[in-house]
Amino acid sequence: MASTETKADDLAGLEAGLDALDAVQVRRTPAREILLNKVLPPVIAVVLVVLVWQLLVWAKVTDDYKLPPPAAVWDSLTDMWVQGTLLEVIWTSVSRGLLGFVMAVAIGTPLGLLVARVKVVRAAIGPILSGLQSLPSVAWVAPAIIWLGLDDKTMYAVILLGAVPSVANGLVSGVDQVPPLYLRAGRTIGATGLRGTIHIVLPAALPGYLAGLKQGWAFSWRSLMAAEIIASSPDLGLGLGQLLENGRNNFDMPGIFLAILLILFVGIAIDLLIFSPLERRVLRSRGLLVKS
Amino acid sequence: MATTTLTKAEDRAEVEHAARIRHVSKSFSGPTGQQLVLDDITLDVAPGEFVTLLGASGCGKSTLLNLVAGLDRPTAGSIETPGGRPALMFQEHALFPWLTAGKNIELALRLRGVPKSDRRPEAERLLELVRLGGAYGKRVHELSGGMRQRVAMARALAQDSQLLLMDEPFAALDAITRDVLHDELTRIWRETNASVLFVTHNVREAVRLAQRVILLSSRPGRIAREWKVDIEQPRRIEDTAVAELSVEITEQLRGEIRRHGQH
Repeated sequence: MASTETKADDLAGLEAGLDALDAVQVRRTPAREILLNKVLPPVIAVVLVVLVWQLLVWAKVTDDYKLPPPAAVWDSLTDMWVQGTLLEVIWTSVSRGLLGFVMAVAIGTPLGLLVARVKVVRAAIGPILSGLQSLPSVAWVAPAIIWLGLDDKTMYAVILLGAVPSVANGLVSGVDQVPPLYLRAGRTIGATGLRGTIHIVLPAALPGYLAGLKQGWAFSWRSLMAAEIIASSPDLGLGLGQLLENGRNNFDMPGIFLAILLILFVGIAIDLLIFSPLERRVLRSRGLLVKS
Repeated sequence: MATTTLTKAEDRAEVEHAARIRHVSKSFSGPTGQQLVLDDITLDVAPGEFVTLLGASGCGKSTLLNLVAGLDRPTAGSIETPGGRPALMFQEHALFPWLTAGKNIELALRLRGVPKSDRRPEAERLLELVRLGGAYGKRVHELSGGMRQRVAMARALAQDSQLLLMDEPFAALDAITRDVLHDELTRIWRETNASVLFVTHNVREAVRLAQRVILLSSRPGRIAREWKVDIEQPRRIEDTAVAELSVEITEQLRGEIRRHGQH
């Protein structure tokens, strides 16, 4: 009896040793390193671009009204800030874009699931859904205005037509890439049918789905800007797209530059603030974010 | 030493067989027409018995395990597992990376119908059983290969099935870890009174673990021979008795493989 006890203790000790030797060390990156490797390079890049821009202005490569100096654009920005219209204009577009995106997710998710899981549905609308992704959603603006009139409905229709295929396709490719091993493992523990979808397929497809959401946001934002530039009406309020269009009508080049930069800035900011952290969190928790 | 409660071995309905495989054949449609993979396999696993299925590649041992697990249907014959759906462990750990080690086990408990409040203590008990008491909140990628297979074992045990099917579960591990897990599996098998049907191509592993070793021939898989292993547990892989029987079985296995080179 005593000998088996010792044997069991031996085994436990050996096992503890193996576990300690083999365990994977997970290291958190210190803030300084993040600052140095992640934040500094893009800041330098932006500074360089502005510098080159300023140099071109100084070198007078073209007329001032065609290429305004960075300072003039900055002045337009501060003007809008002082007038109090800056945040209002940004918010008009962002709130529209986000609401449209949320609707696109609400429609695209069940649609994607249906396409991924039901063979007939996939055969029927799978190719159309992929094809729609390559159709620039600006093409929908004209019919949308005729069908729905010059109001917010048009905006949302164009956003949906742009973003729903991305969201749905993201989910479809996420589901397609679920390793068959997970499905088998799920089935052996009793996750079949709807339970399999909820407990295995959806969580396993999450990284692909998130990539689809990210792209869906980009498409939402692009579609909205296209719609705002083309469809301007006092009823619609002033968004970033209209700001750009107004700049063109008034031949106000700094205003046009400002509008373009703001559109770019919002697109990047939403991605950096919402989608990238979400994606990183999901990938890191699964050990899929390998540090080089 | 903490004593772990047995997995309700006494509660289990008395059954004559953990698995009853009768005249099972399986063919797949391949490039050259129907290909017979398993041919007329008849095999019983008694309650509490440890059986290893041994064979070279192409003997259909994994196919047979999938059939017993209910992941596929036999072309002919019948398979009964009176103790309910068998648990299955793969060569890959097959743990879900979006869940922690503990939550992986809890998912199996949940799908078995264990009430919510009982899941966490039961998951912790099972982790304790595979000596991973501190790993409840660990993510799969934070565990070593051996630890992952132990969590997978705990998840399989969470199904509280009377029959545990194992498909080369230690094949991807290094020799020392594999050896340790052999000891663990033997210990857990005795503590839980479960029946085990264990597939491997490693003769020593088969002899080290099993009460009965079944050798399958290849293409199509047929039962070629079986051995009762009367060596007393705990065994070690380097024991003389284990080695001697392994030599005998290896000789036979080589004969089976050689037959395929002769035409």
